[in-house]
Amino acid sequence: MRALDFEYMLDLVPVLLGYVPLTLFMAIIGMFFALILASILAVERVFKIPVLDGFVRLFISFFRGTPLLVQLFLFYYGVPQVLSFLTNIDGVTATIMGLTLHFSAYMAESIRAAILGVDRSQWEAAQAVGMTQGQMMYHIILPQAARVAAPTLVNYFIDMIKGTSLAFTLGVTELMGATQKEAAGSFLYFEAFLVVAAIYWIMVEALAFLQRHLEVYLNKAHAR
Amino acid sequence: MTKPAAISIKGLSKSFVATRVLEDINLDIAPGERVVVIGPSGTGKSTLLRCLNYLDHPDSGSIRIGDLSVDADTASRADILALRRKTSFVFQNYALFANKTARENITQALITVKGQSKADAIARADATLRETGLADKADAYPAALSGGQQQRVGIGRAMALDADLMLFDEPTSALDPEWVGEVLDLMRRVAEKRQTMLIVTHEIQFAREIADRIIFMDGGKIVEQGPPKQLLEAPQDARTKAFLRRVS
Repeated sequence: MRALDFEYMLDLVPVLLGYVPLTLFMAIIGMFFALILASILAVERVFKIPVLDGFVRLFISFFRGTPLLVQLFLFYYGVPQVLSFLTNIDGVTATIMGLTLHFSAYMAESIRAAILGVDRSQWEAAQAVGMTQGQMMYHIILPQAARVAAPTLVNYFIDMIKGTSLAFTLGVTELMGATQKEAAGSFLYFEAFLVVAAIYWIMVEALAFLQRHLEVYLNKAHAR
Repeated sequence: MTKPAAISIKGLSKSFVATRVLEDINLDIAPGERVVVIGPSGTGKSTLLRCLNYLDHPDSGSIRIGDLSVDADTASRADILALRRKTSFVFQNYALFANKTARENITQALITVKGQSKADAIARADATLRETGLADKADAYPAALSGGQQQRVGIGRAMALDADLMLFDEPTSALDPEWVGEVLDLMRRVAEKRQTMLIVTHEIQFAREIADRIIFMDGGKIVEQGPPKQLLEAPQDARTKAFLRRVS
């Protein structure tokens, strides 16, 4: 057994921290689009619009039923062979697209369950005052569903942050890719991956801290 | 308030699975009339109210409010929306928007449905909250209000809509006895404005005080109707007599 090279680890920290913005960028943009897409999918699943519902179910089934890595390879290496306008797609864009589609499928199911959990009286009251379905969903149902779905959605965001590490398989030098290169140069794999593990962990813990504040905020209407 | 509209209900029927809940209901309500519906539980009183704003879709029959006529066979989504915008509804379980404060419960529909400016809606909401005695609770969420306070907000929300017809679905039945009085007091004040009201209630004494007409329903049908004194003191039908004996 050899001793850990702490000096190397300390030197590595600022180098790897330089890649944190790209990781967060991919995760935040991916989460932004995934939330929008998931909300649309969830509302469709609640109202079961004829024909469209079949496609939505197929979409959710596919993106839940296949590994994220397979989906990323499909987007980056496969689809451009068929759709020529995607030939020049870069790894970051492909990763964001893959994360968006993959996680929107999972999140749609959580949001759908949360929507269906909103008490029937809330739907009826919104209808009784003459709201359209869109107004009812936007003002009354989705805000209440958000409170229920929030903890699960934050968990998916955590998953997404970690999922960005797969971008390295598409040739993107992000946090994981950079660590891999550093380790290959120094042969200090243990130290390098220990540092990168710690960086991911701290990011996720910071998010968990924000999550607690988010939940207090979302629960303000329900405090007695 | 604009000129109140006359209401005419013709041939309204509704079944749930195999049970016929409403059977050929015909009812005209004059502008400003206050009609109370009484009758045993499970006789379709609430369903009648819920069919009038299509929370439940009637199987057949038509509803006319002023110049708007909606027939169950042909009712489009737009018709239903228009009908709902001519009525307001007070729920047994209050059904306040849980994510909105007392004030927002009133302003929400004024802004999104009636297209009022935020300032106008807030002014109206605050005036309504003063009227319901809840000015100090404007910023409270429903979860922080008592049952009686929630129902007063519920009534205020319906009042502010200035509907042609206010529907009350057993507004005091879910309340602890201590809160019933304040809710009935508020309804009395609404009735004094000659607001057209259709009220389902078990509060017979209250019905006697404020109703222009009482309707007795049983088995999905209107059995008997008339002015309170006549219906309560000289009922004609055996079922009405039996019911009144049980409740008084």
